Amino acid sequence: MSTIEERVKKIVCEQLGVKEEEVSNESSFVEDLGADSLDTVELVMALEEEFETEIPDEEAEKITTVQEAIDYVVAHQ
Amino acid sequence: MNRKRVVITGVGAITPLASGFQATWDKLLEGQSGIGLIEHFDTSSYPVKICGAVNDFQVADWLNPKDARKMDLFLQYGLAASIEAIQNAGLEVDEALSPRAGVAFGSGIGGITTIEETVSLLEKKGPRRVSPFFIPSSITNMVAGWLSMQYNLRGPNFALTTACTTGTHCIGMAARTIAWGDADVMIAGGSEKGSAEVGIAGFSAARALSSRNCEPEKASRPWDKDRDGFVLSDGAAAVVLESLEHAQKRGANILAEVSGFAMSGDAYHMTSPPEDGHGAMQSMTGALKDAGLNVDQVDYINAHGTSTPAGDVVESRAVERVFGDHAQHLAMSSTKSMTGHLLGAAGALEAVLVAQSIHEQVALPTINLDNPDEGCVLDYVPHSSRCMRIEHALSNSFGFGGSNATLAFSRYK
Repeated sequence: MSTIEERVKKIVCEQLGVKEEEVSNESSFVEDLGADSLDTVELVMALEEEFETEIPDEEAEKITTVQEAIDYVVAHQ
Repeated sequence: MNRKRVVITGVGAITPLASGFQATWDKLLEGQSGIGLIEHFDTSSYPVKICGAVNDFQVADWLNPKDARKMDLFLQYGLAASIEAIQNAGLEVDEALSPRAGVAFGSGIGGITTIEETVSLLEKKGPRRVSPFFIPSSITNMVAGWLSMQYNLRGPNFALTTACTTGTHCIGMAARTIAWGDADVMIAGGSEKGSAEVGIAGFSAARALSSRNCEPEKASRPWDKDRDGFVLSDGAAAVVLESLEHAQKRGANILAEVSGFAMSGDAYHMTSPPEDGHGAMQSMTGALKDAGLNVDQVDYINAHGTSTPAGDVVESRAVERVFGDHAQHLAMSSTKSMTGHLLGAAGALEAVLVAQSIHEQVALPTINLDNPDEGCVLDYVPHSSRCMRIEHALSNSFGFGGSNATLAFSRYK
């Protein structure tokens, strides 16, 4: 079973079309990984799907880095 | 105001015959068919089991996979055809050209596969699972949008949507955009991926499609006694249009001149043409007038010729009425006999083929025309292509809604 961190990074790679080695915990989706506003919306949807959770829009706006995504998922497990 | 002359300097095509213009052309020259059994969904409950699918398309040859993920296939085909046309033209868009270069590229339906899949997802999982890319992946003007971003084309950017006349309207209005001086270069064309389940079901319900499922390659047979409808096909085609001045200045290879264009409306019925063909006649007559041509100067017509029982005869008779005695001296073929009907991309593909026909002085054939139907009395270039003199040619497109257009092309001199 993969860890939450691994699962989040896998989704980030798939959604943003980046390679695993390009993604660190500190990576910002927009500034480091080339995401635009629509990419980030879809990324959050993919996280909701993977972790069977619902992320309200006001919370989703605060998830801008890989670590913030991991933290959100851990906090809402 | 003096109208500028407009020429074609590049072509591209993604078709059921091949992903690329030259490979498509070579197969059409040999009279090959691109029609086969539908393999991308289970057709057991469908009356129509055939289409012209694009089979050898490798998206990574044309687009960044990350961008491609956000595009319905009709966008991918349209962009690939446009990229090929731009490469074929050897066109470089620098800062000076950027605001003078635009796009007119449409689709008859748009992303119907994406719409179909998204509705199904919405029903199963609710609105929160609908992708933010659903709309930009589905709307008809996104080839124009993506292309402008990719090549920094800041000139006029639009998509005309007129069913099966889309490609012809886009090229005609793009040519006018240049003729009027609003741009120096326009990328124009159409794309379609209509072979979704709901697309096949819908056109079947309208009784538009051939159900010759046992012989797919013989299903599209314009003007033949045994024709029973058109064959729906996927694909895209694009041209690079330039003002003659601009093309000459950069030493571009000129394939043909866009010499005339006209449009008309049938004002008659949603899906059927009027028996007297007045819409088709008005459109052809208008294009001749716009090009300053007499009827006896036209050597070749690439017909709309979809292989429907009503449409084929109406178009043939309309040509007889417009051209009088000269109708017996010109050649008219339907390349849809080989490609099937690419709907919104059809007019664009046929424009590209006519340009090449003029360039190579050869008319492509109408295959499967074994027994011409009653009332179909013209020279349809049956079975094999023909080397012939083509100084001036027409290309017709007639769409649902009674939307018609004709382009006139001339050998560049």
